[in-house]
Order: sequence, then structure tokens, then C-alpha cells
Amino acid sequence: MHSDAAEVKKTIRTYLMVGAALFVGTVITVAANQIHFAVPLAITAALVIASIKGSMVAAVFMHLSHEKRWIYGSLVLTVVFFIVLMMLPVLTTADHIGTPIHAPSALSGAEGGHEGH
Amino acid sequence: MEIPYIVDARPDTGLHNCKLGIWLFLASEVMLFGALFSTYIILRTGAVEWPFGELNVWLGMANTFILIGSSVTMVMAWASLKLNDFGKHRLYLIGTFVLAGIFLVNKYFEYADHVTRGELPSHSTFLAVYYTMTGLHGLHIVGGMVVMAYLLGPGAKMWKTRPDQFSNRIEATGLYWHFVDLVWIFLFPVLYLL
Amino acid sequence: MDKVATSGAAAHGHAHEHTHEHHELGFWRKYVFSQDHKVIGIQYAVTGLVFLFFGFTLMMIMRWSMAYPIRPIPLIGSLLGQTRAPGGIMLPEFYNQLGAMHGTIMVFLGVVPLAVGGFGNFVVPLQIGAPDMAFPKLNMASYWVYFLGGVTMFVSFFVPGGAAMSGWTSYAPLSVIAQPGQLGQTLWLVGMVFLITSSLLGSVNFIVTIVQLRAKGLSWMRLPFFVWAQLVTAFLLLLAFPPLEAAGVLQLMDRVAGTSFFMPSGLVVGNVPVQVSGGGNPLMWQHLFWFLAHPEVYVLVLPAMGIVGEIIANNTRKPLWGYRTLVYAVAFLGFMSFIVWAHHMFMTGMGTTISAFFQTTTMIISIPSVIILTALLLSLWGASIRFTTPMLFALAFLPMFAIGGLTGLPLGLAPSDIPLHDTYYVIGHFHYVVAPGTIFALFAGIYYWFPKATGRKMNDVLGAIHFWGSFVCINIVFMPMFIQGLAGMNRRMYDGGLLYANNQGLPLQLNVVIGMAVWTLSLFQIPFIINFFASMKWGKKVSDNPWDATTLEWSAPSPPGHGNFLTEPVVYRGPYEYSVPGAAKDFSPQFEPERA
Repeated sequence: MHSDAAEVKKTIRTYLMVGAALFVGTVITVAANQIHFAVPLAITAALVIASIKGSMVAAVFMHLSHEKRWIYGSLVLTVVFFIVLMMLPVLTTADHIGTPIHAPSALSGAEGGHEGH
Repeated sequence: MEIPYIVDARPDTGLHNCKLGIWLFLASEVMLFGALFSTYIILRTGAVEWPFGELNVWLGMANTFILIGSSVTMVMAWASLKLNDFGKHRLYLIGTFVLAGIFLVNKYFEYADHVTRGELPSHSTFLAVYYTMTGLHGLHIVGGMVVMAYLLGPGAKMWKTRPDQFSNRIEATGLYWHFVDLVWIFLFPVLYLL
Repeated sequence: MDKVATSGAAAHGHAHEHTHEHHELGFWRKYVFSQDHKVIGIQYAVTGLVFLFFGFTLMMIMRWSMAYPIRPIPLIGSLLGQTRAPGGIMLPEFYNQLGAMHGTIMVFLGVVPLAVGGFGNFVVPLQIGAPDMAFPKLNMASYWVYFLGGVTMFVSFFVPGGAAMSGWTSYAPLSVIAQPGQLGQTLWLVGMVFLITSSLLGSVNFIVTIVQLRAKGLSWMRLPFFVWAQLVTAFLLLLAFPPLEAAGVLQLMDRVAGTSFFMPSGLVVGNVPVQVSGGGNPLMWQHLFWFLAHPEVYVLVLPAMGIVGEIIANNTRKPLWGYRTLVYAVAFLGFMSFIVWAHHMFMTGMGTTISAFFQTTTMIISIPSVIILTALLLSLWGASIRFTTPMLFALAFLPMFAIGGLTGLPLGLAPSDIPLHDTYYVIGHFHYVVAPGTIFALFAGIYYWFPKATGRKMNDVLGAIHFWGSFVCINIVFMPMFIQGLAGMNRRMYDGGLLYANNQGLPLQLNVVIGMAVWTLSLFQIPFIINFFASMKWGKKVSDNPWDATTLEWSAPSPPGHGNFLTEPVVYRGPYEYSVPGAAKDFSPQFEPERA
């Protein structure tokens, strides 16, 4: 793919720009964190920026923007199972029989010392 | 018979063996860290409260910069080989190795600070998650450093005899290294900021 | 290394004394730290067989305690020592160790290494016409990491407090609080990390080998079914094992560093609150464990199906019925196996919505299994079957696996699983899948490929004794378990449930029957052991293709030298062209060009 020198020289510029973008992204994440958003918003913002940064590393540094069929195929399969692994355990805990023993919102004030600390 | 497609790509897949191999390995790594992140989600959603601001954001940010920097030097080390500039390649690879070392030193100070304050893994679920995830990530850094040390030392001789295979090896090392960087890009906000 | 110039005609030439020598490797490099896939495959197979035998021995001892509770174990009882069996009478703690280690050893150290490490390594490169695996050094590393894992597990019996005793599933929090300050469970976790690492290295190697090193002309739909099965298996190992590796590390942290990943708040054991920070989730261990362990079931079964497919095609002298359907079914089976795992967890308080999801996926996954089994069964239709020893085992696999599979259906549905959970019914079900199912297929594979590995055939009389004895005994072992389970007999009871009301009468008497059958079964393995070793030296010498088979491995010399093939193999047709109308022979090998 990148075998000829001229093309490599061109991509080096891209690498440096992506590197710079990653630095900027990190600064933005930390800066946003200093302003204390509501928790759900903060999580969303931080994860969105992290995903953008991650995609840049994968697409450019790891050449995923132009890869071969077998690598895409294996990774798509991995991503599917990754999502399964993320989602299903949470869903099983979200769907339980009867009412939960402690609803964090209701009891955390009264029984804060019981669960965490 | 020699094992085919060590250097050249197989025509119908467009890949050489090493490239497919390292990507499959990374796929398994995705599932490894996936399980850890999944555990994190379960523990966090199940927790009554979750500590905020327990870690030093500035140390974490410094380490993020260091790893991103090392990713850039790593990709440059590979690009220099493609430009046939072995001297520059070595410079960049040494740079990557040194940055990795600085990352670990930084991490050591961070751990030591927590330990002296009595914040051990057994202290809370958050610290357990923190030590385990950064610890496993740290082991991946060490693994990468071992490979880089080999490629700087005895492994570098291959450039003289089989330059294509050598640059394939650097490419695979680079892919692994970028993945380690990528994991950190997610670990940093998840552990330090949220 | 160097390609040998042979007279091009005979691809399946009889050149046993092929001039294929390289710089001669010393003993250690050639047989111990070998990078040759065939040697590594045999190392895996032999180590796997030894562990199968060891795991079986553990079960024979356990069965004494169940059949004759609180009676001294004969012969070896006095050798077990005071901490395990004082006066030869087994302690419940020791029974728990044997139970946990029997499962672990059979699955992770016996069947998988034999099916994937052994047959996969030996057969796959030969069947795809490759000179070796894609990464020979990695291959060697994966065997030795497996070996280390095996040693770790074995050593754990001899540390103070003994081996792990929390079941092969090591459910938290029991596994975390068991044997405090002792090494058993910790060594189990370390051993598992080794075994998982080994499997990961192996699976990367298999996928790359199959994708990259197929011979010229070997397109995807010309691949032998066994190779397809191994490819899907490798993907299962690659993507399902890492979560258990992570879980193993987390449980190791819980045990060693005192963390609470799987330790809930407010845990009280023996009226004493457990001193941990709490806040952990014990069910997460089950999720991560079964995320691997359900696909693991297919890791055990798919290579077996592959072996049976090869042998059935060869001994019916017919193409496999519905080759394409088989391939698609295997791929679909592999995919679905990732999203059924929580059917092991219906008893954990999951709600009905998520239970319904897992019940549905479980019912869906039974479809490709039935398709595969049906296709193999239909392949027998109208064939003039050769009842060779491998074929006997392969034929037995079909009904045995069918019993195992069908008895699994009630366990896949929450309403019927709830009363059956943790009873002997479950034990009967999965043992039918693995023991008379998979292990029979593995025996079939050993008899089938033995001539390729040694150049000699195994003895058929001993083989028949081994088969019929094992077939009868193993059914007497596992069939009564369904009765015991339906009667409500719980698993994991060291005295066979002596003191439980619902075990009185028939279930308890069946313990004696099962025990007798287990010990008789062990006697019928003796002909196999004799046959295995004696045939290496005195077995009948056979040609390179003794079964008149069509796939590529039979074009290589027996045993194949380093680099496997004398000339670069070229594939001309599909894998199972038996009894082609108009052909001179009843088999048209993949490696023979079209005749005029």
C-alpha cells in the first residue's frame, strides 16, 4: 500500500496532523472536565471525544482507513461481540425479578454506608 | 517448501501472514479490555456512589501526551523505513522506547503516591478497578518495550538481510503500540475524569 | 526449506525415503522444542490423552465415594494420605477438589488440547496443503504455555490445602473465600491464565494458516469440512477466551490483593461478616465465565463434528450430504454461540424479558446443530458402509450427540431448567455431548489419522473391543443420570446423596450401577492403550493413502517429512468426490488432475 516513497512522504504530514489533533482533543477533554457538567453530560462528552481520538488512531496510525477484507471482517465480528459483551450483562442486571432491594436514588441517602463508601 | 507469504502479500487476501496475525491478536485484546470495561460498567452502575477526583488528572494528562507522542514517533519509525532511512528509523524507535519508559516512571510515581496514602486496591471498588486496568495496560507497555528492545538490539540485523520482513515486523509492532495508545485514550477519561 | 525435485508424476508418490534432509536437528530441537506442526500436534495429542486419563482417574475415585459412601477406597485409599482420605475414607473436601479438577482437566487440559491442539495442528496444514503452520515458533510457544498451565494445575494437588474445590466454574464469591491463605484456587487461576494464553496464540496461528496458506486451487468451497470446523473453532477461542482471562485476573486480584470485584457488600459467612470493601458483583464472574464457557462447548464439539464428517464421507464412499449447508451451519453455529450464554444463569434472578431473549437464541442455536447432525445422518443413506474402526466411533457419535443435544433443550428453557438445574440431569446431558459424543469422535480421529502419523495402522480387533466395550459401558454410566436428575438428585454430593430423602431407593442404587460401569469402562481403555503403543512398532505397514481418501493429507508421505509434501500440492476438485460416475476408481482425490 504505502510502498512508494512519495506516498509515504505525503502521509507523514497526515500523521503529524493527527498527532496534533490528538493533543488538542486531550486538552479539550481535560478543560471540559474542569467545568463541572452534570454527570451524564460529562460522560457523554468525554466518551465522544475519546471515540473520535480512538477512531483517528485506528484509521490513520493503524491504516484502518484502507485495509483488506479479512481484517475488516474480523474486526466487524469483534465489534459485534464487544457490543454484546458490553450490553447483555448490564441488561440482565437491569431486568430482575421483583423490585430491587435498594434503589440507589431512594435509599442512598439513608443507607449510604451500606453499599459503597 | 518454505512457508509462503511471510514477506509478500497473498494475492487473494492482499495480506502477509504477520499483518493478519497481529490484527487477530488485537481483536482478542479488544475482547480482553472489553471484559474489563464491561465489569467497570456493571460495578459503576451498581454502586451507590462513585468517587470523583481521586486521581491526579495532571499526571494522567501528562501520560496521555506521552503516549500520543510515542504513537507519532512509532509511526514515523515505520515511515522512515519505507523511505529507506534506517538511521532516522532507529532514532524514532529509540524515541518511542524512551517515551514508553517515561510513561512507566510516571505511573510508578502515581502508584507510589497512592500506596503511601494507604490507597490500596482492597480499599474500594474504584481503586480496585483503577489498579487492575492501569496495571494490565502497564504490562502491555512493558511487553511493547521488550519487543522494541529486541528490534533495536539483535532484531535490527534483519534490516541488512531481509529489509521487507523487518519493516513488516516494525509495522506489526506499531499496530500493537497504537492499540496500547488507543486503550489509554479510553482509560484516561474513564478513570481520571468521570 | 529446499524444494525437492521429484519426477512430477506421482504427487502421492511412495517415496518414503524421500531425500528431504536438512541440517540435522538435535534431539531436543526435533522432538521436544520442535517447531514442526506435526511434532507439536503429536505432543498436544499425547499430553491431552494423558490428562484425559488423569481426569478419568479422578472420576473413578469420586465414583467410589458415591457408590459406597464412608467406606475405605480399595487399593489406593491408603496412598491418598491423611489430609485427603484418613483411613482410606474420602473427605468431602477432597471430593470437592476432585470434582473441580475433573471438570477443569477434562475440558481445558484434555479435550480441547487433543481436538484443537492435536488434530488441528497435525491435520489442518496437511489438509490445506501447507508446509507448516504460519508461525512455527508461536506454535511451539503455545504448546509449552499449555504445558505450563497443565503443570500448574497438577501441582495444585500437592500444595497445603489441596487443589481448587469450588467446581470447574469457580463461581464467586465461594471461590474467593474458599481455602483462605492457601494456594489451590489461586493456582487454578494462574493455570487458567496460562491455558487461555496458549489457546489465544494457537487460534491466531490457525486462522492465519487457514486464510493464508491454502494450496493452489483450494478455494473456500473446496476446503474439507474439518478445516471449516477448525476455522470456526479458532474464532471462538480468539474472541471468547479473553473475557475469561480478564475474569481470571480479576478473581486473582480478589484473592491475592483483597479487592471486591466479585464480592458483594454485606457478605456474611458462618455468622462472620467478610472483611472486604464490597460493592462487587458475583454475577459478573458468571457472565464472563459463561461468555467463554458456552462457546467452549462448541470448541469441544465442532472439531469432533469435523472429524466425523471426514470419516463418514470416507467410509460411505459418498460425498457428504449438503456440504455447503454444513459449512453455513457451522459458521452460524459459531456466531450464535456468543449470545446464548445466560441460559446457564436462569437461576440467578434474571427477569423474564432477558430470559426470553436467551431462551430464543438458545432455541435458534439448536437449528444449525440439528442441520449438521441431519446432514451427517443423511450421508449414510444408500451407502455401502465400510465398518472400519474409525467409522464405528464416528457412527456412535451421531446418536450419542443427538441424545446430548436433545436432552439439552429442556435446560435451554427457563421453566424446565429451574427444577433440573444443578441436578444429575445436567451432568448426564453435557456428558453425552462431550464423552460419548466428542471423545468418541476423537478416538475415531486417532484411529483414522494414526496411519498418517506413523505409517502403520492400528489393530482392528483391539479397536473393536475398545469400541464395543466403551460404547456399552459409557451408556450405562450416563443414561441413569437422567433418572437420578429427574428424581431431583443434586450434583456435587460426595456421599451420592445418602442422607437426602428424594435420593432414597432407585437413585442411590443407580450410584452403584454407574460406579461399576465407570470401572469397567476403564478396563476397556486398556486395549486402546496397548493398541496405541504396540501399533507404533508392530502395526501393519500401510501405503500413504490406506483409506482410499480424497483429501490432501493423504498425498503426503506417511509420516510426512519436514515441509510435508514432496511437490507443491495443487487442488483440482472438491473434498469429497467419492464414487464419481464414470471415474476409474470410487474416489477422485483433490490432488489428482483430471484424467483424459
